[in-house]
Amino acid sequence: MSGARLELEGLGKRFRGLRAVHDVSFTVPGGAIHALIGPNGAGKTTIFNMIAGALAPDSGVVRLDGQVISGFRPDRICDAGVGRTFQLVKPFKGLSVLENVTVGALHRRPHLAEAREAAAAILSRLGLHDRRHQLAESLTLPDRKRLEVARALATEPKLLLLDEVMAGLRPTEVDVMVGFLRELNQRTGLTILLIEHVMRAVMALAAEVVVVNYGEKVAQGTPQEITRHQAVLDVYLGEQEAL
Amino acid sequence: MSFVKRLTGDASPRILWSLGILLVLLLVAPMMLGKYWLSVLILVLYFAFVGQAWNIMMGFAGQLSLGHALYAGLGGYIAAGLYSHYGIGPWAGLFAAVAAAGVAGAIVGYLGFRFSLAGVYFALLTIAFSEFTRVAFDHWEWAGGSGGLFLKVDTTTDIVNLRGGPVLFYYVILALAAGAFVLCRALLESRLGRYWLAIREDAEAAQAVGVPVLRCKMIAIVISAALTALAGVWNAFYYNNLFPETAFAMGRSIEITLAPIIGGLGTLFGPIVGAVVLTGLGEIFTDLGEALRIPGIKQIFYGLALLVIVMYRPAGLWPWLADKLGLKERQP
Repeated sequence: MSGARLELEGLGKRFRGLRAVHDVSFTVPGGAIHALIGPNGAGKTTIFNMIAGALAPDSGVVRLDGQVISGFRPDRICDAGVGRTFQLVKPFKGLSVLENVTVGALHRRPHLAEAREAAAAILSRLGLHDRRHQLAESLTLPDRKRLEVARALATEPKLLLLDEVMAGLRPTEVDVMVGFLRELNQRTGLTILLIEHVMRAVMALAAEVVVVNYGEKVAQGTPQEITRHQAVLDVYLGEQEAL
Repeated sequence: MSFVKRLTGDASPRILWSLGILLVLLLVAPMMLGKYWLSVLILVLYFAFVGQAWNIMMGFAGQLSLGHALYAGLGGYIAAGLYSHYGIGPWAGLFAAVAAAGVAGAIVGYLGFRFSLAGVYFALLTIAFSEFTRVAFDHWEWAGGSGGLFLKVDTTTDIVNLRGGPVLFYYVILALAAGAFVLCRALLESRLGRYWLAIREDAEAAQAVGVPVLRCKMIAIVISAALTALAGVWNAFYYNNLFPETAFAMGRSIEITLAPIIGGLGTLFGPIVGAVVLTGLGEIFTDLGEALRIPGIKQIFYGLALLVIVMYRPAGLWPWLADKLGLKERQP
């Protein structure tokens, strides 16, 4: 398993009159970890939804290792090697934690027993193994976030899209998740794109950060560059003024 | 033997033993029971079978159909029509019956799922199809129109043409119910079954982990419709008459849904437990109504009983019963 290169080219999406995303282009090289940041409503999740196929872009293309994937159905994009989590977590509530992840694992392993084994292995790496027989609806929010990651990983993606998986975690839990993702990335070469508000995680993980505001890309660079970038300071200071 | 192993899987030995004993009892039942109890048991098995078929759609894949009479009616009419017009026996006719119901299911499913009709809106579509099929059959001469289609009553046993007494029909419906039970267990323990459960819980999340949602839902409705058509064929040959007003009636669709709802949606034993309880209650309240000589009292008691069960056991009787018996059917 190795990471796939993700390219976004001139991606755009409108919701009726609202320009949610406009002309966004950036590339995440295979095996890299990049972050997508910006204020609430900037269009980050819309960009994710277009990469994962939940929304079809109005303009532009998404390529995975050079192959166009935009416009495909979500399950086909999963076939192509994209795994995603949902910002508003979507566990299969009435199924156990293990069965949740097993559904993901069935994607590459058609036999239930094998898929269950693979799912159990992922759960132990994410620290959910003890809770595997609980119903997903009984999990706390941080555990549900972990479950999202586990289920996406079970599909054996080449690109992992993480939508605010650190939100609601305590600082020590953030560090555990950061450690897990970094180790995963180093061991498997999995490409990761994360939307994150927890800057502690962004700084620790991302090689590059893409900043969006009002649906447009305003900056891109290393975390150090970004924190000094005038446009970025404007975005965040502007938001503070509004408060 | 891996298929058998997969079927039994992690089922507890107690469940397997209970099932084995139950099967033996059912096999010898006609020798022990009188005519009346045999007819009650036939009803139980019929509702367990159609309940199992409907449960595939609602209990597994989470798609509410309130028009399953369509598939039962189509199946029954086609097999009965082929037999009465051309002398084609039901064992051959059932292929046509199953095919027709499968196609009908595919049409309903495609219209509903492709255009993302969900929940009650999908249910309305299923009702609509069942209703206008009823109207069409009212005017279809080949099927006897509104006057109905009749098969000649003949109780000499003729297995080839499915003619005979209650014992024959008992064993046929027992085989169907047992077969559907095994089939549903096998489906649940397969990738398809797990995909259905995932769709039931959250279709968007399911699709994000690679579940081809439309295809899985289509397979669910076609299998469910095909099994229901078999029940329709059996029904037509057991009762020897078919009327559009009853075969495609809303009430027929509703009664198909009751056993799994009362017994426990999405469970394998739910439709069976539900069928036992509902048929039992029906018989008791019929006797009670006759004893009290109050017309309509049966329906009132029946409705009240359903109300009480649904209020106090909203997940159905089986999960609660299994817990009491220590036979917990592991909820996947």
